[in-house]
Formats: sequence, structure tokens, C-alpha cells
Amino acid sequence: MTTPLLQVEALNIALPVDGELRTVLHDVSFSLEPGRTVGLVGESGSGKSMTARAVARLLPPGARVRGRLEFDGASIVDLRGEALRRYRAGDVSMIFQDPRSAINPVRRIGDFLTEALRINGGMSSRAAGARAVELLAEVGIADGARRLRQYPHELSGGLLQRVMIAATLAVRPRLILADEPTTALDVSTQAEVMAILGRLRAEYGMAMLFITHDLDLAAAVCDETIVMYAGSVVEQHRGASLHEDPLHPYTAALAQARPDIDRATRRLPAIPGYPTTAYEVPPGCAFAPRCPHAVAACTTQEPQLVPIGDGHSRCIRAEELRGRMLTGPSTTEGVA
Amino acid sequence: MTAQAGGAPTASGAPGTPTTPAAPTRRRGSGLAIARFAVARVVGLVATLFVASIVIFGALFLAPGSPITFLTHGRSMSPEAVKALEHEYHLDESVPAQYWHWLTGVLHGDFGTSILYHDSVGSLIASRVVNTVALVLFSAVLIIVLGLSIGIYAGLRPGRLAGTLMGTSTALMAVPAFVAAVVLTLVFAVDLGWFPVFGSGSGLLDRIHHLVLPSVALALASVAFVGRLTNAAVREELAADHVQTAISRGLPYRFVVRRHVIRNAAVPMLTVAGLTVAGLIAGSVVVEQVFQLNGLGSFLVTAVQQKDFPVVQAICLIYVTSFVVLNTLIDLLYSFLDPRIAVGRGPS
Ligand SMILES: Nc1ncnc2c1ncn2[C@@H]1O[C@H](COP(=O)(O)OP(=O)(O)OP(=O)(O)O)[C@@H](O)[C@H]1O
Ligand code: SF4
Ligand SMILES: [Mg+2]
Repeated sequence: MTTPLLQVEALNIALPVDGELRTVLHDVSFSLEPGRTVGLVGESGSGKSMTARAVARLLPPGARVRGRLEFDGASIVDLRGEALRRYRAGDVSMIFQDPRSAINPVRRIGDFLTEALRINGGMSSRAAGARAVELLAEVGIADGARRLRQYPHELSGGLLQRVMIAATLAVRPRLILADEPTTALDVSTQAEVMAILGRLRAEYGMAMLFITHDLDLAAAVCDETIVMYAGSVVEQHRGASLHEDPLHPYTAALAQARPDIDRATRRLPAIPGYPTTAYEVPPGCAFAPRCPHAVAACTTQEPQLVPIGDGHSRCIRAEELRGRMLTGPSTTEGVA
Repeated sequence: MTAQAGGAPTASGAPGTPTTPAAPTRRRGSGLAIARFAVARVVGLVATLFVASIVIFGALFLAPGSPITFLTHGRSMSPEAVKALEHEYHLDESVPAQYWHWLTGVLHGDFGTSILYHDSVGSLIASRVVNTVALVLFSAVLIIVLGLSIGIYAGLRPGRLAGTLMGTSTALMAVPAFVAAVVLTLVFAVDLGWFPVFGSGSGLLDRIHHLVLPSVALALASVAFVGRLTNAAVREELAADHVQTAISRGLPYRFVVRRHVIRNAAVPMLTVAGLTVAGLIAGSVVVEQVFQLNGLGSFLVTAVQQKDFPVVQAICLIYVTSFVVLNTLIDLLYSFLDPRIAVGRGPS
């Protein structure tokens, strides 16, 4: 096993809301090796973006961080001043969900692409411009010189996201943090952008933390997937069998709630009930109020993340339910 | 104001069209759009001024009392003498003819003759306009320099001092210019004796000395207002996603602040500062009265009291024109600062 590029260990984050600190991440641990892709999936509010923001050191002011966050063996939390700037400038790059809000609307595409090259890379404007055109070509934008003169509002969302990826490439970071990079795009553009991202990532051997709502996409793209619920990791799963062989009832519920391509007309509804936030989790298993397999013990003891099959699961009934989760409630014990 | 910041993508921004040829076409296209936008603004400006001139001219016929009563000083005169006077001031012509006569004169720089002073309105105004322009300019500098500095500082460095500044601003925003004028005079002119109580002064330094209190009185509430608004704009930009992107790219903080925070906040900042400065024109009338500055405002007040119609018309027209021209300039500046405005708009 190679040494991890990114090591997250018992990460706890609390954010100030109305003067009090509220937990948004609870004991999150995972690691990412160089050149590999780890996926983060989960419903809205489960803490996926916060995890990525913690890695990029982009947490809101006043955030309290506990636990270990290491990049290449050095603590990310302790980075200060110039070291922090260099880490952001060269080691990690973030691709945001909505490129339209993530790119300054009053500056030209050329400014966006060349500013890091000029300021951090010390290139002349002319050299940076030429490099930007090359980068655009790499993400499939042939008329780069013209695009550089345009403003973001003159480009479609798909093109803008490619510009964002081109900006990432300019740095050629060791780690890409992609926070739902295709969610804001239409379906056909989504596939294009994923293809470009996948190809370049493989070509340059960059590691990626890939955030998505889409279980199938995660299974297809990632070497390993982490499923989050209410700020905690509930399942960690290597390989592509996430949706066929879920290890945690929440993953199973996500798999069943996703739109089915074969039976497009009979879409299953979203998971019944509402997601809990990390701040207000009940004692015991956070998923218990929505879990079809919950038993009395689930509300009294907090499940630990234990190894099972290809990964880990935070469910006290993981072993016993293995392979039966997708068929729905299979037990006769009702919810106590 | 043109506040529709709609980010409607143009046709050439369609997804995956790397084949679109001819870069020059696109550039000429957007250049044309900007030119069309500017022309539309200028046409609008001329139309507004035309309507304003009709209103200003017409309003005098609605005002009670006729200029003839004033011209004759209330004495009864022979019908012939009245006729002669009416002819001299074109009062015997039809209203549209009088308007036309007045308008063509104005367009040639001739504002007519003052009924009160029997002198050309143009030269009467010229001797006073300097004081008003100096007052408004001085206040404008205060508003732009102080308002923007306070707002940017408080936005970038939230803390005790910023909180105090913003709290003070909230209180000052509600203070009308004449109240500020009276308080400032009492404290700095009467009690401390640092500044003259009233008058315009003579010589450059003396004039500036005389202008300090009036300018501060005129600018105070606006400085506070612009300061608060700038503070809000800077904070909003600091939290904006694109600024987070810039920070996540490891760009130096000063660069991010300059190129992304201040640059983007400049759109609302300068628009509001500009509109506030345009609004000073009205406030200057009051301040000139209080400090007895011999400017257009105090001249206007006298002219209204004395029914010196040509002077009233000329000053009103100058006020309206300055206001409308300033507004158009701000509009153009706004569309220049925010590229989404001009291109997204049609020629309407
Ligand atoms: N600035 C903030 N201050 C306080 N709480 C916040 C802040 N931003 C997010 N949160 C809370 O943190 C929790 C995790 O949010 P996060 O953005 O990580 O969710 P997510 O999994 O990325 O969801 P989504 O799929 O909607 O992007 C949520 O409960 C959210 O309400
Ligand atoms: S611990 Fe219990 S409630 Fe939680 S997921 Fe497992 S079965 Fe469901
Ligand atoms: Mg998110």
C-alpha cells in the first residue's frame, strides 16, 4: 500500500450558527492515495462540501476543526501564510458545482485563466495567454483565442465548466477537489465534462476527491466511495459494486431511490423521511428514524464503522443484512 | 437606473461550438452593441431634456401672479406702455411661440434678460455658478473619498472600529443638510471660530476656507450613506463564490481584494456614489441659503420670490440638465463596469 496523499482522521468540524457551534462533520476518516479517485456521496447537507472545503482550507470564518488532516504527511490545519498559499496554488485545486458563480462575472475568461499563471507562475501576459489557449484546446475548446476575450455570461454552463477544468490543469495539482462538477449542467454536457475530467486526470495522474449525489456515477468513476449521512461516514466501499452490494441500509436506500434507466416510468420516490443534520442526530444510529431495518438496539448504541466485505459499514446489522438490503424490509421484527 | 443584470447567454455561447468562425464578427458585434447602447442613452437624454424644458417653461404659466404685475411694479400704466413691455419680453406672443423663442435662445446660449436686474441672465448666472460648482465638487470629493474609504475599510476589516463607523453612519444618514449646517456652524464657526459663519470669500484659499463647512454639511449624510452601502457591497463580494475560487487558487490576498472584491463591489459603489452626487444639486440650494453663499441656489430663491421668470427658468434648466447628464454618465459607467449590462440589452 502506497503512502496516502491525503489522510483524514477523526475529522470533526463545528460551525458557528447564531452564536453557538454546531457540529457538521463527525469523526470523518478516509485516505486517498496518489492518482486515485475517492467519491463522496450522500444527500444534501450530509457534509460532503464541508469535507472538501476543509481539505482546501476554505471553511467559513469561526469554524472549529478537530482531528487530523494531512496532505503528503504535513498537517493542512497548521499551514499558515506563504505555505498555505503555495499549498492552494500548487497542490490542490477545487472545481465548483456552479461555474457561473465560481468565475468572476465582470472579468474576461482570459483574465480568469491567466491570473494564476501570471501571479503564481510568474509568466508574462503574452506567454500566459498562449498557455491558456493550449489549455482550452486540451479541454476541447478549439477557438481559445476568441474565448479568452469573452465574458463568462457569453459562454454556456458546459463551456464554463471546461474553462474551470482548464484552469485546474494550468496548475496540474496533485489533488483535484471536484464538488459536484456536473450537477449544474444538462445531461448531455454532464457526460462530456466527466469524460474530459476523467481523461485528463488519468493522463496527468492527479488524485481526485469526487463529490456527487449520483451513486452510479460514483461507482463508475471512483476507486473507492464514501457514503455520508448527517456528517458521518456510514459506508466506505472499494470497487464498483456500491449500488449492487450496499453495505449500509442508507446506501441501499440511495440505490433504490435513484431513477432507474430500465424502468424510467416507475421512478422510485426519494428516501422517505427527512435527512438529519449532524447537529441534531439522535442517540444511537443517525439513520434509525428512516431505516426500514431499524431495531430497538439501533437507538441505544452508536454503531461503529466496522470492516465488512469490500469496505466498512456503520450499521450494527450489517453482517446479518448483507445481500438482503435491496429487497426491502426483510425482517419480521418491527421497529421497536 | 438600468439594474437588470441578466446574464442571458448570447447565441454564440451555445454549448460545444468550437467551429464558430470569424472572431472579428463577434468583436464588431459587441462593439456595435455597446455603441447602440450609448446612442440609445444619449437619445433618451435629449428626449428627457426636451420634456423637462417644456415642464419648466409651462410651470411658470401655472404659477400665480403674472410677470407684468411685477414689471409694472403694481402701478397702473397706460395700455400702450403695457403693450410695449409685453412686446419687449415676448409676452404678447402665443405660448408655443414664446416657448419656441425661449428654447432657440437657450440653444444659442441666450437665456434672455432678467426682469429684476435688466441684465443678461447668462452673465448673471456665470458669476454665481462657480460657487455652486465648487460647493458640489468639494462635497463630491468628500463623499467619494471618505464614503468609499470608510466602507471599504469596514468591509475588509470587520471589528470594533468598523462597527463604530457603521453605527455612526447609520445615525448620520438621517441628518438633513440644514440641520448639519446649523450644528456645524454653531460648533466650528461660532464656538471654535475655525471657519467663517457665512459668505463666499475672495481669493482661492479664502474661498476654499469658506467652503469647508458648507461642503461638509452638504456631504455628511451622503458620506454615511455611501459608506454603509460600500461596506455592504464589499462584504457581499468577499463572501461571493468567485472570491472563494480566487482564494482557493492561492492568489495573494491583496490581489484577490483588488482584482475581485473591490473591482466587483465598484459596480454598486460607484453607481450609488454617482447618484448621490447628482442628488447634491438639490441639497446645495438649502446649504447656499444657510451659509449665504452667492451661488445658483440662493439666486434661484431670490428669483422665485421676485418672480424673475427668465432667471428661474434658466437655473431650473441648468439643474435638471446637470442631473440628467450626470445620471446618463453614471449609466454609461455602470454598463462599462459590468459587461453583462450593455450586451444583454437591446437598443430599446
Ligand atoms: N456557512 C455555514 N455556517 C453554518 N452551517 C453551514 C454553513 N454552510 C453549510 N452549513 C451546514 O453544514 C452542513 C453540511 O453542509 P455541506 O455543504 O457540506 O453539505 P453537502 O453534503 O455538500 O450538501 P449539498 O449536496 O447540498 O451540496 C449542512 O447541514 C449545512 O446546513
Ligand atoms: S444501525 Fe440500525 S438503524 Fe442504523 S442503519 Fe443499521 S439497521 Fe438501520
Ligand atoms: Mg455541497
